[in-house]
Amino acid sequence: MNWSAISVTFELAALTAAILFLIGVPLAYWLSFSSFRGKFLIESVVALPLVLPPTVLGFYILVAIGPHSPLGRFYADVVGQPLPFTFQGLVFASVLYSLPFAVQPFASAFDQVDRRLLEASWTLGVSRLKTFFKLILPLSIAGIVTGVVLSFAHTLGEFGVVLMVGGNIEGVTRTVSIDIYDEVQSLNYAVAGKTALFLLAFSYAVLLLVYAVNRKVWAVWPQK
Amino acid sequence: MAAEVISNATKRFASGAVVDLHLRWPLEPPGVLILFGPSGSGKSTVLRCLAGLERPEQGTIRFRDEVWADAERGYSMPPQARRVGFMFQDFALFPTHTVVGNIAYGLGALTAPDRDARIGEAVRLLHLEGLEDRRPRQLSGGQQQRVALARAIAMRPRLILLDEPLSALDAPTRMELRGGLRRLLRTLAIPSVVVTHDWEEALALGDTVAIMTNGRIVQIGPPAAVFNAPRDVDVARIVGMETVVAGQCTAYADGLATVEAGGVRLLALSSGDPGPEVYACIRAEDVIVEPLGVAATSARNHLRGTIRSVTPMSALVSLEIDCGFPLSATITRVAAEDLKLQAGSAVTAAIKAGAVHLIPREGAGATAGTRAHRGSG
Repeated sequence: MNWSAISVTFELAALTAAILFLIGVPLAYWLSFSSFRGKFLIESVVALPLVLPPTVLGFYILVAIGPHSPLGRFYADVVGQPLPFTFQGLVFASVLYSLPFAVQPFASAFDQVDRRLLEASWTLGVSRLKTFFKLILPLSIAGIVTGVVLSFAHTLGEFGVVLMVGGNIEGVTRTVSIDIYDEVQSLNYAVAGKTALFLLAFSYAVLLLVYAVNRKVWAVWPQK
Repeated sequence: MAAEVISNATKRFASGAVVDLHLRWPLEPPGVLILFGPSGSGKSTVLRCLAGLERPEQGTIRFRDEVWADAERGYSMPPQARRVGFMFQDFALFPTHTVVGNIAYGLGALTAPDRDARIGEAVRLLHLEGLEDRRPRQLSGGQQQRVALARAIAMRPRLILLDEPLSALDAPTRMELRGGLRRLLRTLAIPSVVVTHDWEEALALGDTVAIMTNGRIVQIGPPAAVFNAPRDVDVARIVGMETVVAGQCTAYADGLATVEAGGVRLLALSSGDPGPEVYACIRAEDVIVEPLGVAATSARNHLRGTIRSVTPMSALVSLEIDCGFPLSATITRVAAEDLKLQAGSAVTAAIKAGAVHLIPREGAGATAGTRAHRGSG
């Protein structure tokens, strides 16, 4: 097995999941609690990666972070090197690509929080921000865990976007899925099979965790 | 400025429903204002506007010398700043917190000893000893209600708002907790607004009753006055209890209470000793009207009286009988014609003991008239 590809992949997935937690929670909060009528516009944008071919998404990201776009030039000016075909570029692309896998479970968990509980909290003198940490977050913990784990797992298996934005640089942007593709191209079926089985087993374990967390009988507050 | 709630606010909903909160209610001495009316009449909206959970589109709400809402300036004081104790109909207890966690929830600004003292006080007041570490779903409905009350009062609110405080409970529990709630509100002596559609609750808890229908307060006054003298047919239909008379319970034995009201002795069924001060309530259709001199019947109350008025209503006739207190009766038109009833006729009104409902009014400390809270503009 190509351990450098596996370590790149896990680093990418962990970083992506962490960033998605930080930006996904406020975004999902807004989507769930705002009474803004044009909310559906943003909801649709968040869901786009679910239906777009990864190559299309990867293409636009590549153009957007390339040296000919203002964003790409700004990044290159500040950091000193362009984004495409770097690990950082890959993280940026992965965050966008896995956005719905984090934001949608977060938002649906927030949607299920009884609004009366929030109103009760406010009348007890607790601010909206504190209400979020004292009440909404604990009540939504299953959805939060689901979103983080799903975005992690989804990033593990990405292929098209990685190929478009990251290229295939050993130890930097070569991920497991690309490694498997390369091995198959070189007719190394045994190596490809091993890596594929590893990814399969890991993904299955992750999904087991997600479904277990969401089982009501396992409730986050165990019965005494 | 006077210690009053003064509101002329209007809340409009996208559905087209409009709720007018036109109210002037004194806060001294602290009393209990009942918002009474059918569901959909806007009672809960009034409560939510007072709590700051709804913003009126028009008008202002003032509490003592504070402005709580001023639609013209686009201002609404956030609920956090109003210090009201709000209890939701379904209690809205935090499932993630224990009983003590729920009570302590709004006390974050206090020091630990102060907080513990407040929690202990609320636990004692609501008899929650032994339940401190339970989660809401491990509690019965009645216990949940008490936790919700404890949580609402722990922060020493300036105004208590209770939305249908007993409606989520089964009938026996409701009866049991009604007395406790009445005593609690008297003990706390904090101005309270209670929403209900249950006339027994209204009489048992309120010093002032405001009748709401179609988003407006149509009548406001002491309970007996409002229930006995509905301003119009709408209010009469809403209150549904035509005769409410204040009396003294002089004896209670074997489930039967003897009540003196308006110089008349009434026998009433009562599952427990109602206490010395009561309202006796009689539905007009439970009154049997007989000509004088009819032989004894199984009904325990035979009141001699004079008919004051006869008002035909389609197939029925509504009678006002003076039998020491004004008593309403409805009988069929045919019966009225057979008995040749008219104003001035002397009759006997027969009422079964089970049709006389007693509502305790202990500690009400107010007789009709002395606490007319009608807004005087």
